[in-house]
Amino acid sequence: MKQAPTNAVPDKKRRSFFTQAAAGIALLTLAPGVRLVDLALGKKDETAVTGTVRWGMLIDTTKCAEGCVACVEACDTEHGLTGFNRPKTDAQWIRKLELEDEQTGKAHSLPMLCQHCANPPCVDVCPTGASFVRKDGIVLVDKHICIGCRYCMMACPYKARSFIHEELSEQKPHAPRGKGTVESCTFCVHRVDRDHTPACVEACSEAGHQAMIFGDLNDNNSTLTKVLGELASKQVREDLGLNTGVRYHGI
Amino acid sequence: MAIVPWLILMTALSLLASVELAGAQVLGNSRAAELDQCVEPTEFMRRNHMELLIHQRDETVHRGIRTKNHSLVECIACHAEKDSDGQFVSINAEGQFCQDCHVTAAVSMDCFQCHATKPDVNAQLTGLAIAMTRPNCQR
Ligand code: HEC
Ligand code: HEC
Ligand code: HEC
Repeated sequence: MKQAPTNAVPDKKRRSFFTQAAAGIALLTLAPGVRLVDLALGKKDETAVTGTVRWGMLIDTTKCAEGCVACVEACDTEHGLTGFNRPKTDAQWIRKLELEDEQTGKAHSLPMLCQHCANPPCVDVCPTGASFVRKDGIVLVDKHICIGCRYCMMACPYKARSFIHEELSEQKPHAPRGKGTVESCTFCVHRVDRDHTPACVEACSEAGHQAMIFGDLNDNNSTLTKVLGELASKQVREDLGLNTGVRYHGI
Repeated sequence: MAIVPWLILMTALSLLASVELAGAQVLGNSRAAELDQCVEPTEFMRRNHMELLIHQRDETVHRGIRTKNHSLVECIACHAEKDSDGQFVSINAEGQFCQDCHVTAAVSMDCFQCHATKPDVNAQLTGLAIAMTRPNCQR
């Protein structure tokens, strides 16, 4: 178990050396002002998202504290998810699961949220095209097109989606929500588009756990891919072949 | 002659009407009141703001484009009025900027079932001011 990471590291370094070298050559050979790699990295407001990036997340369940709901609370606050005291139908974009291996008694705590699949069943079943995968891998509902049929809720193996049953008021300006539409975790798209991390990840780290790492799965130099290269990780229901953007370590 | 007072009245009425159409809608206690211009020429805005908004909607939701000029959040941030207590009034409340003209023009729109009708008082992430550091941001 200890061996794997040490073996993996030099490989990674070599690979990133090559990508950097390749980028250097590309910069030299292209006309001035034309770049293959955006050195500024941050996305500008006026640029569209592209498939160069695939947003993803690693949840280290060995660091996730039992009973801690910092991520859930941060998500509720960020998006104004105030409940109606109806736990069965109140909107929930992220929830905590406490699991126990019946044989060994080993307990796990982990947050469950939209897994941002590359092949999402919610998108397959949506009759209007409201459910879609954005180019950078974020699975979203375009609520302007959603008719509230809830097929996607049935199709999702992770129970990640909610339907809004009540008329709402006092929504957050950056998180429009309304009766009759389905919604789920957006990876805090409004923050990510402006170079910030999702609220849950930030809260987890502020709570001192750092159990959630957010980043670009396509970028060999991101902390996320580096950690994924060192820690064993799993997709929940990997057998479904959905290629989830959210991965778990320690389950 | 009895017709003269009528003529005067009609002229006065039509003058009043044209004054209203010529921009009386921007309300005193909003940020817009301190500015000379909308995000596009006023005449253009009066006729075409819906197209701008619908276009921006798709650009933002599907392509992640977050420019501010045609953003609905920004219309509200600039056009929403504060009451005498300094509290923002909903942009779709009676007599308020978007609502007033829409009532006159018999427009009904569902945007505010979902979209906030007041600017974010904390202005946390309304697009104009975000300067928070995100320790875990990997880009
Ligand atoms: C930065 C402030 C600002 C923003 C943002 C802004 N406006 Fe304006 N808007 C103004 C000002 C100032 C005027 C008045 C211009 C004038 O008097 O000629 C105005 C005028 C208008 C008018 C014409 C009103 C009339 O006189 O008949 C409409 C319609 C309008 N705005 C709609 C919008 C919409 C829709 C948005 C969002 C896409 C928006 N505005 C965003 C400042 C703003
Ligand atoms: C059922 C809920 C719902 C309704 C109704 C709705 N929207 Fe949206 N709208 C959203 C959501 C959710 C977003 C995505 C917010 C984000 O990613 O920042 C959005 C984003 C937008 C954006 C881009 C963000 C911004 O503020 O500029 C625009 C423009 C927009 N909507 C315009 C409209 C207009 C115009 C209407 C009415 C014709 C409308 N919307 C009705 C839910 C709704
Ligand atoms: C000067 C009058 C006026 C003002 C002020 C005004 N509107 Fe409008 N708006 C109209 C008219 C007229 C229409 C209908 C146009 C049509 O049907 O072709 C309309 C239509 C719309 C629509 C399309 C509705 C639909 O579902 O078809 C949206 C969205 C909209 N306005 C948003 C706004 C917002 C947001 C504001 C405030 C920032 C605003 N308008 C202020 C006159 C106005």
